[in-house]
Amino acid sequence: MSLTALSACDLLAKLDASEVTSAEVTGAFLDRIEAHDGRIGAFLRVDAEAALAQAAAIDQKRKAGNPVGRLGGLPVAVKDLLATEGEVTTCGSRILENFRPPYNATVIEKIRAADGVILGKTNMDEFAMGGSTENSAYQLTRNPWDTTRIPGGSSGGAAAAVAAGMAPLSVGSDTGGSIRAPAGWCGITGLKPTYGRVSRYGLVAFASSLDQIGPLAQTVPDTALLLEVLAGHDPKDSTSVNLPVPRYAETVNQPLKGLRLGIVPEHFGEGLDGEVEKAVREAVAVYESLGATVREVSMPHSKYTVATYYIIAPCEASSNLARYDGVHYGYRTDVKQVAADLEAERKKYEDAGDAAAVENLDSVLVRMYRKTRSEGFGPEVKRRIMLGTYALSAGYYNAYYLKALKVRRLIRQDFDRAFQQVDVIAGPVTPTAAYPIGDKVDDPLAMYLCDLYTATTNLAGIAALSIPCGFSSEGLPIGLHLQAPPFEEERLLRGAAMFQRATDWHLKRPDLGGE
Amino acid sequence: MAISRAEVEKVSLLGRLLLSEAELETMTAQMGQILGYVELLNEVDTEQVEPMAHAVEVSDVFRSDEVRSGLARDQALANAPQRDDECYRVPAVLGDS
Repeated sequence: MSLTALSACDLLAKLDASEVTSAEVTGAFLDRIEAHDGRIGAFLRVDAEAALAQAAAIDQKRKAGNPVGRLGGLPVAVKDLLATEGEVTTCGSRILENFRPPYNATVIEKIRAADGVILGKTNMDEFAMGGSTENSAYQLTRNPWDTTRIPGGSSGGAAAAVAAGMAPLSVGSDTGGSIRAPAGWCGITGLKPTYGRVSRYGLVAFASSLDQIGPLAQTVPDTALLLEVLAGHDPKDSTSVNLPVPRYAETVNQPLKGLRLGIVPEHFGEGLDGEVEKAVREAVAVYESLGATVREVSMPHSKYTVATYYIIAPCEASSNLARYDGVHYGYRTDVKQVAADLEAERKKYEDAGDAAAVENLDSVLVRMYRKTRSEGFGPEVKRRIMLGTYALSAGYYNAYYLKALKVRRLIRQDFDRAFQQVDVIAGPVTPTAAYPIGDKVDDPLAMYLCDLYTATTNLAGIAALSIPCGFSSEGLPIGLHLQAPPFEEERLLRGAAMFQRATDWHLKRPDLGGE
Repeated sequence: MAISRAEVEKVSLLGRLLLSEAELETMTAQMGQILGYVELLNEVDTEQVEPMAHAVEVSDVFRSDEVRSGLARDQALANAPQRDDECYRVPAVLGDS
């Protein structure tokens, strides 16, 4: 069996036993990227030299008998919205095309300290806004199971890299489903930790009350291993919570005895594809066969998820993205051209005798901001800035933003009530399997509606993951969504590992040809 | 709720965007569609509900008030589109009518 077909935990066992070196493992994944990523497009940048040098240093350390970190020389792919010091970090946007952060994200420091080898930066929807990775300013990422289809997003590159065997571990971020949806569509495991579980320091901000960094991998134990490295309090992120980090990787294989599984009837209604529903219900039956009891828990506010999310997230985004002004870093438009354009406009209005238009003409500085941002941002980012700016503007704040914050609390209360009766909630990750590239690019609302089941987790601030639970008749992976109360990642991982020990969906691999 | 093209244009100034004629047209239609959809929230009674701005409702987090080193000036300026030895450079603001 080739090295790239092994799980991270199996690779780690071989590394620890000195059966293979980190340089060999890293080389095998780099070769695989070289062979297949031209077609998949998961990576925006790969730094083979740096990865091999880091691997060699870890091998040296191990050979000398010195302690090696938790990741022991395993390669890790990183979503391109995590700041890497001195190295280009684009967030999938033209506006950050040449941006080289002056510091590392906390999770990057943690991966390095744990002796994870950073392979490169993965593709994503611009500023993590989107569900298909089609909003990347740079390239498409294709689903390894069917390259005419989307991998999901926004962590599409992160998920496709793992599914295609180009990285054993991957770090993504999830604001409304951006880890779990691509994990589901690519047939891998992806976890969105509880808000506050992982430091967001050095994560390019999209919606700060919803964003959370998390792991993607082939199996649940692999995911547990990476979460253990990523999690923990960070003085640089005051929203990270000061709670001890459980040893997820050690407990992951302990089954949950007497598990009470909840099913939300509202999640099996209109819009849910029949094949997805069948696979999810069969997964629930697997849990019953493992001794779990299943009961329905109603979430009456579930139908308001998408509307609530698509007010709150754009509001926070419009505020966060105000920093891209062409002054401090990032792209700036040609200011001489701006001045010339304004002069021509002024003349045109003066000739027409339109005094009001002359009066309202932008200053050079304001026009520089506007042109910089309009040239630097893509259509979806502009749409969200517009929605957020509108919803926060005078006269609309109460009707939209404040209203959404109130419904957000009702959604959270639905979960609080449900978790008094059940330990874990199971359901579909997305309403359908992966759709064809281009299918929804002209219909933003249709794209937004795919977040129906996942965005609710972020609004409530709880933990959730996606694991493979079947295939559609077209051979596309289907994901099972498991949600747990805040800071119950351990429960989530143990519950998900139970399922993977009883099934083999997570062991299926796409055929990339040429092997 | 429908939104007019003039409102969209006004919002584009507030959001510091400059939209082309074609973009204004598409944006007006799409924002109208999305705002129409979110009207769904109006049917929810939120009279007695406290807004929830954040998932973890922690109180203020303090740190000790001590001097720490930050980014060196050159590092902070390293990504500037235009700079001199000590500052970011922008087009003239004052006297620009």
